[in-house]
Amino acid sequence: MKITREEVVHVARLARLNLDDEAIELYTRQLGDILSYMDTLNRVDTEGVPSTSHAIFMNNAFREDEVKESIPAEKALGNAPQAEDGSFVVPKVIG
Amino acid sequence: MELCRLTIHEAHELLMKGEISSAELTAAVFDRIEEVEDGVGAYITLVKDSAMADAANADEIIRQGNGGPLTGIPLAIKDVLCTEGIRTTCGSKILENFIPSFSSSVVSRFKEAHAVIIGKANMDEFAMGSSTEHSAFMPTRNPWDLTRIPGGSSGGSAAAVAADECIGAIGTDTGGSIRQPACHCGVVGMKPTYGRVSRFGLVAFASSLDQIGPITKDVTDSAILMNAICGHDPNDSTSVPREVPDYTKALQPGLEGLVVGIPKEYFAEGLDEDVAKAVHAAIEVIEGLGASRKSVSLPHTEYAVAVYYLIAPAEASSNLARYDGVRYGFRDKQADELIQMYRDTRSKGFGPEVQRRIIIGTYALSAGYYDAYYGKASQVRTLIMQDFNQAFETCDVLLAPVAPTPAFKLGEKVDDPLAMYLSDIFTLPSSLAGVAGISVPCGFSKDGLPIGLQLLSKHFDEEKLIKVAYNFEQATDFHVQSPNL
Repeated sequence: MKITREEVVHVARLARLNLDDEAIELYTRQLGDILSYMDTLNRVDTEGVPSTSHAIFMNNAFREDEVKESIPAEKALGNAPQAEDGSFVVPKVIG
Repeated sequence: MELCRLTIHEAHELLMKGEISSAELTAAVFDRIEEVEDGVGAYITLVKDSAMADAANADEIIRQGNGGPLTGIPLAIKDVLCTEGIRTTCGSKILENFIPSFSSSVVSRFKEAHAVIIGKANMDEFAMGSSTEHSAFMPTRNPWDLTRIPGGSSGGSAAAVAADECIGAIGTDTGGSIRQPACHCGVVGMKPTYGRVSRFGLVAFASSLDQIGPITKDVTDSAILMNAICGHDPNDSTSVPREVPDYTKALQPGLEGLVVGIPKEYFAEGLDEDVAKAVHAAIEVIEGLGASRKSVSLPHTEYAVAVYYLIAPAEASSNLARYDGVRYGFRDKQADELIQMYRDTRSKGFGPEVQRRIIIGTYALSAGYYDAYYGKASQVRTLIMQDFNQAFETCDVLLAPVAPTPAFKLGEKVDDPLAMYLSDIFTLPSSLAGVAGISVPCGFSKDGLPIGLQLLSKHFDEEKLIKVAYNFEQATDFHVQSPNL
């Protein structure tokens, strides 16, 4: 399957990436090559084959629901690009 | 005696006898770094002051008679593992100034063992790459030939070990990122079974594949580091609650009765002549030590590259959604509106390979393509796992090359992502199956570049890998050869 320029633009939008024309051009070509290669998977008969999302069989990992100490707010905010009054600051959400 | 050349177990012995101090050892490592780092470029961050303080503290612990196998040993940590108070960049501009408020479980264990953390090793950005050229800061160079790549993504860790810029190191392996750089740098790299080592504090790339493991100068050191890092951690619910053996007990001579499987798909056309020769010679050596060989087939091997490069980017696209310029990391401050801020931040913060994989992953998971790509890949992953299960019914370990060629030249594949992906063909299937693997030096190419031998075992059978690798190592002298820097 070939990926189109419009699809690259759409997916970049979903992934919150800006692409300039040059990058769109490059990714369309490179992803086209990569996805054509992925099409080799169509040669494999997977009728009735279960899918694997985790290599080790595990049941749910339960633990007691105990209140424990959490990291203090000032530490949590320590790497914030912008913080004020114990909160993260972001640009306006609604214009 | 050049102290920086010591292995972990050699240094430990001298420390315990009081013949050297950790302060001397650590200073010797930093002298070596001073001497060769300009050419190699193994480290993103060095922490000499805190390392010397750790060393002085370790010397005190040893004087009190409380020294353990890692007390006072200078270690390099791949810069994907959080280290409290030491910046952790993941090889990315987006985390250039990120200073974690906590340490990863593996690093905490090293601290408890009074090991000396000397610095953070270079890597492909977010561990995405096979050459360390995708580091946002600089490429690392192969100590055996500075015009060549050290492998990746743990290229800094492997190069640091090979160049004696540390005594041992930690790397991570998602699709071969411990074994392949270890192979190209002529050192030992072990990827434990998925779930063997806690991933708490490991910056996530592809969560169903990521695993932490040792990169060391010999197999004994690998066993020593395995003892330190393996085991269940309540902070990582995917770490497996299963007893951890003493891996150093597997360092025993004799391979009688052991069956070594040779998967024919790993010796197909395209395998470099020198690599094929070295691996075939290794099979002879292992047979000579009492093991028997058996030809096996892993028929879905050829699909592993396609499966991996759909599943890993799909998981990555989801994991990397957290880099939005809000809570930590780089923020582009131009935009006055939130969504635009996200986009500017991510586009300027992530390098091209990371953006490429986010786009592939987002595409593979998007409406209309999910079944055809991610769904199909997850099914073929099951078939790849079944190949391994069947093979391990008739043999104890599998033996194969690590990489199809010796280290390639810097720049050779950096503009051709598919060619770079295809170089991972021999390490991807085992990562997808979650089985354990080790790379040990098994020869040199005509150009003097190291070649690695890969051994694979079923889940939680790392002791067998250590045993075979140790016996091979003791019968050969590839691991004691050093690059001429």
